[in-house]
Parts: sequence; structure tokens; C-alpha cells
Amino acid sequence: MTDTTAPDPNRTIATPSVTVPQHPLSRRMRGWIGWLLLIVLLAWSWNAAEMFRVSALLADWRNMAEFGAAFLAPDFHDWDTYLADMVVTVQIALWGTALAVFFGIPFAILCSSNIAPVWIVQPLRRMMDACRAINEIVFALMFVVAVGLGPFAGVMALFVHNLGIFAKLFSEAVEAIDPRPVEGIRATGAGRLQEVIFGVIPQVMPLWSSFTLYRLETNVRSATTLGIVGAGGIGQTLYESIRSFHYAETAAQVIIVILAVIAIDMASARIRKILV
Amino acid sequence: MLLTIEGLTKRYGTGDAALNGVDLAIPAGEVVGLIGPSGAGKSTLIRCINRLVEPTAGRVFLAGDEVTGRRDLRFMRRRMGMIFQEFALVERLTVMENVLSGRLGYVPYWRSLLRRYPAADVQRAFATLDRVGLLDHVDKRADALSGGQRQRVGIARALLQQPDILLVDEPTASLDPKTSRQIMRLICEVCAERSLAAVVNMHDVALAQMFLSRIVGLRQGRVVYDGPSNGLTPEVLTVIYGEEDWTRSAQRDDDVADEDVHGARPHGREPLAAVG
Repeated sequence: MTDTTAPDPNRTIATPSVTVPQHPLSRRMRGWIGWLLLIVLLAWSWNAAEMFRVSALLADWRNMAEFGAAFLAPDFHDWDTYLADMVVTVQIALWGTALAVFFGIPFAILCSSNIAPVWIVQPLRRMMDACRAINEIVFALMFVVAVGLGPFAGVMALFVHNLGIFAKLFSEAVEAIDPRPVEGIRATGAGRLQEVIFGVIPQVMPLWSSFTLYRLETNVRSATTLGIVGAGGIGQTLYESIRSFHYAETAAQVIIVILAVIAIDMASARIRKILV
Repeated sequence: MLLTIEGLTKRYGTGDAALNGVDLAIPAGEVVGLIGPSGAGKSTLIRCINRLVEPTAGRVFLAGDEVTGRRDLRFMRRRMGMIFQEFALVERLTVMENVLSGRLGYVPYWRSLLRRYPAADVQRAFATLDRVGLLDHVDKRADALSGGQRQRVGIARALLQQPDILLVDEPTASLDPKTSRQIMRLICEVCAERSLAAVVNMHDVALAQMFLSRIVGLRQGRVVYDGPSNGLTPEVLTVIYGEEDWTRSAQRDDDVADEDVHGARPHGREPLAAVG
């Protein structure tokens, strides 16, 4: 140390001694109670979930092995049918998502507390909650009854479920906007709809497109199961193969599903990166 | 009188009166500076004029037409151009789209939705952007501009309304001292060119004195001074802002902006100390 202007390292600043307060007992207890509660919940669910049968995984190892072996020798001789089914699955997801976005936008705007009055927001939100609460498969069962077997029932199932999801996701984006540009638009004498279109939509556009692509990925995955209840797509083929113990074919179909889902996820991730 | 304000009062939910019986009259073509400490009600007053904030009591007339109490606000708001402290532009829209939104109070809904503004509006938008010196930035997105440039877009948007009056809320509070002067100069020039009246909120007394000849002082929601800007004696400033050594304001220097390091800081209770 040649620099004489540097502060003397031995210089000490007198720190007044204070007692560091301890967290009160009640606060320390809270953490433990949380963990205890979790353990109680898991124990309570053990029997109902038949967790005691965990040994079946080992006892029925022969079934598992047979299934596993099939994956090592997948049977692709009907690959073109599987691929066509997979394409239908993606097409179902496309239409389901598109309809849900189209009709979800007005609902989302009306579900936003910074846009619509509370007597519109609250009932609409509960309605959208209901759409979300019911799984696509359940909707598919209903639509199969209503409009008959086939992909259209699948589209409608995805549409209704995703309507609720888009209304929620989109309205959360709307509620997080910067209010100042909207005020700027309002001050010009613009009407309510113009405020939304010029002040709100440009702000939420990146998030909305990102949500849409993300839901499209999810919907492709969901659509692969819709066929199980007869609502079109590769799910039906898959279900039939499993039920008839054609494990090698099942394996081929599963591989095609995996590849297709990976491809779509990657493509959509790339598009989202560009948009945001 | 172009703008007449009678007994304007605004009480917020908490019961505090932000404005307390404000009377003000502004003839056509006059630019008035509105000064006062934070919380004096400057912003509230400006927003009560075009009813972005709904006044509790009192009346506002624009060229004889009452603004308060009417439902067709659109027709009154479009005659009052507003300029904001933080510009209130739609960041993701282009400069041109932001400026054209100044016509939203005039164009039919369908035209604005299809973004098909009348040719005369587009022409006027170009001319206005030329006037504020942004002709080279027409197609840039608003978020690609500097603070001074954004405020010019804000001015152009307000001018495109072809208003009778400009309501200007702290136009320079987000800008550096040099840009602040340029923006104030621009506002005063365009008002003179178009014989536009304006109410300009300012926290910087020195800047207000430099550009404006009539000053209204607001304290706790009441007008405590209304007179020429050279009448702002230390006694008057004490009435508006409270006790402080105001004599230092006499040493004001016109070239101070270049070396003034504190200029961009909000001055709070010492509006003159920073330029002393």
C-alpha cells in the first residue's frame, strides 16, 4: 500500500451495538405448521389413491417389460395412417384455438376491471371460470352427444374450454397495461371502443400472441386425447391399439405424437421469441 | 372569454378538496402558466377542464359552451388538445399513428377501425409533423424516440385535433433542461401561430417566467395569485409555496441550462434553488 490517500484499513467506525430482534415464535411456527399440513394431506389421500399398490409396479413387471420391449421395436407399417391422424389432431387444435381467441377477445375486454364496470366483470368472470373448470375431455363427451362423433366435437370441446382460459389470460394482460396512453387517447375525444383499439390492444398484443401460441401447443397435446372419447384425431387410433394389446403399433403412434408435439413446441417457441 | 371556470371544486373519495372553488378566465390566444406546490391541484384542475377527472362542483365553459354536465363529451374533448408529462403516447404504434389518433374525436368509427383516415387528415398530420420537426421519424415506433421527440409527437397529436385550447400538464418534467426550453418554446410558438389559448402546468417557476406572461398560482386548491409573471416577488412566492429564501431567484441566469446539473431533478418545494 503506497497510496497514502487510501483509507486506513485499521480505522474502525464505531458501530452502536444493538440487539438483533428475533422473529417471534408464532412466525417461526408458521413454517412448521405448513409442512405438517402437507404431510397430513398426503397421508389422508394415501388409501383413496391406492398408493399401497405401489408394489404392483414391481409385481406386474412382466406387463411392464412387454410394454417396454415394444418401444424398442415399434411397428411403423401403418405410419401414413398415423401421420394423417396426427395432422387431423393438429387441425382440430388449430380451429379450437382460433375460435377461442376470436371469441375470447371481447370476453377478455369485458372481464377486465380497468375497462368494464364491476357488474359486467364479475358475472362474466364466473362464467369463464366455469368454462375453465371443466376439462376438454368432459366437454368432448358432451359434444359427441350433441353434434355426433368426429373431429368437430373435438374442436368445440377445445373452443369452450379455451374460451375461459383466453378470457382470463388476456384480461390479466389488459389489467396490467399502462393507463397513461389510454388517457392520452381518451383526451382526444375518442369513444370507448376507440380507446380499447388504439390505447389497449397495441399494448397487450405481444402478450396476447405469446399466450395464443402457448395455448396452441397445449391444445395439440390435449387434442391427442380427444379421440379416446370419439372426438377425432390420433387419440382414437391410440386407444384402439392399446385396448387390443398392439403394443408395437402403440409405440409407433406414441413416437409420432412425441415428434409432432416437439416440432410444434419448437416452432411456436421460435415465433414467440420473434413476437415478444 | 374562451375558457371560463366558475367555482370549480373537486373532492376525492378521502374527502380532501383538491380544488376549492377555482375561478379562472382565459381569453382566446392567451397562454397561462399554472404554478403551485405538489398537491396544490394543478393536475386536477387541468383534468377537470376536459373531465378526465369529474369535478364535484362548479362549471367550465369553452367558448360559451358548457363542458360540465353534458353527456356528449366527445365534442368538447376534441376541441381541447392535451399534452402530458409522460407523453401518453401508444409506444408500440408509429409516430404517424399516434399523431393521427388526434383525429379520433372527428372521424367516424368505421374509418378509425380500418385506419382509413381522410386524406386531408393525413396531409395535416404530415404538415404538423413537419412543423414540430419530426418529418424524418414518421414511420418510427414511438418507443424508438427520445423524450423530447416523444413530447413533440404529443404536441403534434394535440394540434391535429385543431383545438381551441391546449391543456398542458407538466410538459417538461420528464425532460432535461435544454430540451425543456425547446419544448416550451415550441408550445408557445405554435400557440402564437394558431392563436391558441393554453393552460400550462409547471413546477419550474423560472421556466414559467421565461416563457409565459400570465401566471396563476395555486395553493391547496385555491387561486392565490393571478397576474403577470414579473409580479412573482418573493412575497408572492411565499404565498404560493410557503416560507423559503426566494431572493436567490433574482440571480437567475439565462445560460444556466448548459451547466445546470440539478435541472432534471424535480424541485419540489424549492423550484428556484436549482437554477440559482
